[in-house]
Amino acid sequence: MKNILIKNARVIDPKNKLDEKTDVYIANKKIAGIGSVPDNFNAQQTIEAENLWLIPGIVDLCARLREPGLEQKADIETETRAAASAGITTLCMPPDTDPVIDEPAVVELILHKAKLAKQSHVFTLGALTAKLKGEHLSEMAGLKEAGCLGVSNARNSVNNPLILSRAFEYASTHNITVFIEPHDKNLSENGCAHEGAIACRLGLNAIPYAAETAPIAQILELIRDTDIRVHFGRLSCARSIELISDAKANGLKVSADVAAHQLHLTDMDISSFNSLYHVIPPLRTQRDMEALRRGIASGVISSICSDHQPHEIDAKLAPFPATEAGISSLETLLPLTLKLIENKQLDINTAIASITCNPAKILGLNSGHLGIGQAANLCLIDPQKEWTFNADEMLSHGKNTPFSGWNFRGKVVKTLLEGRTIFCAN
Amino acid sequence: MVNKPTRRTDDIIGNDSWNIQLDNNGQLKHFLTIEGLGTNILNQILDTAESFAGVNESVKKVPLLRGKTIVNLFFEASTRTRTTFELAAKRLSADVLNMNISASATSKGETLLDTLRNLEAMQTDMFVVRHADSGTAHFIANHVAPHIRVLNAGDGCHAHPTQAMLDMFTIRRNKGADFGKLRVAIVGDILHSRVARSQIHALNTLNTGEVRVVGPKTLIPKDVKSMGVTVFHNLEDGIKDVDVVIMLRLQKERMQGALLPSEQEYFQLYGLTEARFALAKPDAIVMHPGPINRGVEIESSVADGDRSVILNQVTYGIAVRMAVMSMTLGGNVNNNNNSENQAVK
Repeated sequence: MKNILIKNARVIDPKNKLDEKTDVYIANKKIAGIGSVPDNFNAQQTIEAENLWLIPGIVDLCARLREPGLEQKADIETETRAAASAGITTLCMPPDTDPVIDEPAVVELILHKAKLAKQSHVFTLGALTAKLKGEHLSEMAGLKEAGCLGVSNARNSVNNPLILSRAFEYASTHNITVFIEPHDKNLSENGCAHEGAIACRLGLNAIPYAAETAPIAQILELIRDTDIRVHFGRLSCARSIELISDAKANGLKVSADVAAHQLHLTDMDISSFNSLYHVIPPLRTQRDMEALRRGIASGVISSICSDHQPHEIDAKLAPFPATEAGISSLETLLPLTLKLIENKQLDINTAIASITCNPAKILGLNSGHLGIGQAANLCLIDPQKEWTFNADEMLSHGKNTPFSGWNFRGKVVKTLLEGRTIFCAN
Repeated sequence: MVNKPTRRTDDIIGNDSWNIQLDNNGQLKHFLTIEGLGTNILNQILDTAESFAGVNESVKKVPLLRGKTIVNLFFEASTRTRTTFELAAKRLSADVLNMNISASATSKGETLLDTLRNLEAMQTDMFVVRHADSGTAHFIANHVAPHIRVLNAGDGCHAHPTQAMLDMFTIRRNKGADFGKLRVAIVGDILHSRVARSQIHALNTLNTGEVRVVGPKTLIPKDVKSMGVTVFHNLEDGIKDVDVVIMLRLQKERMQGALLPSEQEYFQLYGLTEARFALAKPDAIVMHPGPINRGVEIESSVADGDRSVILNQVTYGIAVRMAVMSMTLGGNVNNNNNSENQAVK
């Protein structure tokens, strides 16, 4: 593997509190030096990075790649290629594939396919309960052994609190983080829109705040005074942030993330029945959106993820309630995050941390930063590049995005995975 | 903020606008919801309906839509609404095709869009659509060929604009054209009612003095006040001194969930009895979109009483639907009053 010198980039590495214009040396797939030349280093490739930003490869906490089971929507090969083009070098799949990731063989299949694709690193979460049915525990220790970074019941609620409580205890026994997408199916009752003036006007089945906040409150009580690690993903409500903030203040080991689109869209966007805005949890109010942004700024929410859900076009070509929820969003994770910096809603350090070292920490990975000896997973960005996002140019197999036509500033120039270029803008 | 490049996903959002209801001259093109339409359009519908009301009594048919094909595309069972649309179309001399899709195509995996394309190929000029999903009429209007018109005959809990307009017609005939002095109460399951939503928009667009909704909290949507209504949970308070009482049908299936404990308790609290109706103004009228659940939401003596205009609503439904069909499909009837009046005579 050749030695690479990246010259004169603005290196932004929140974990190591680094933000300066300097040189980065890569040897043997790893970061060998920053600022000072390592011993015996002879650059075989030099990347001129004047006026570019160099950040750790992006870590995406939640991306559905649709394989196995829903290959008509996308597959691991297409989606990891899209991820690479968006600066994402590590991503984590929730267990709601078909078959469900509740046994090691499924994990092995996914990791094998990802290895063949030779793009971004793929990790998985295992199922919290067998078949995600919420009835009995999955073989969590075995799933961890097979490579799962945590367990989750994805969007399927566990209705019996006793089973939930025991699942937490069992996961904790094996030092496994439980990932929760708080969404009570009974309370949301086939809903597809936030319970507010817009849903009322449009006659759409409404999803109340409590569909998210009630399960969070219940779980926080179940894990009170324990050291069980729980991560709450894809928050949408201002009240959720208060709950989690209080829990953190009480010493609970909880963390939280938000999907990038929740920081830019509100329920006003669905007012013409545009199914591209159909997401679960639903887009909520301006007040909630602003609270989510503040939640990141204050650190209560430590990560921003894509919540990538590619769909075939037919899945969105129907009346709003009949369409499938979700946005194909790998390729807008970084642009939407950069927009928050541009609009001064987040400082650069917090924003970059929320898509690199913070999600890595939640996944228990020692990555997402540029420490010496780290794998050289890197993303080079041209921060001044102005461009218009166009759904037709997406690499993801799913073109279901409401952001087509949005203007962004800042674009990925190059993505390196273990020193190897997996994406290079032309 | 967002410009609009051409893209494949345009298929999904189509024209992405409420104004798909109006053409470039501000005339009615599709009739999907009352929301977003001005007083001028609503009055035009009512005036045109007035001119057709005579057709039903004396002449049976006018040749306004001769040679046009109208497809009643019903994905949800309906007898009355479909029949009045059919009669309206026939009295305008259009050809009518009735399609009950629930049992045929969609159960075989054909998508809504496939069904639509097939019917389009039969040289259709208008779809009259009823569907259980809110937003279906908009979806169809966004995807049909440009010359095809779409009338919403009820989509989910969203809108039922022709029903609302025939209700406005009924109110106007009984109470005069000045809605500003009227107080109207809509009673029952507002949450699931597309009729109520369209009535609220229509009443407010016509500057009704006060629009009230009455029902238990489980049947009143949160934020309904944002639509411009006052909320009452007690029927006696809600209908006190009103000019018009609109009772909504209570769907039987709503009884099975946790929305209401029983029909009996509902009738005890929200059933319109003679004693309660006496709280309204002495000349108040009672309306109901039908079909009536006697003894659940309304007492028979009230439904059949001399202040009930329930059967008139059905009759007016044909004239109102003729008006909307001719306005959207037959060119601009009101800009050409002479020829229209000749047609009527």
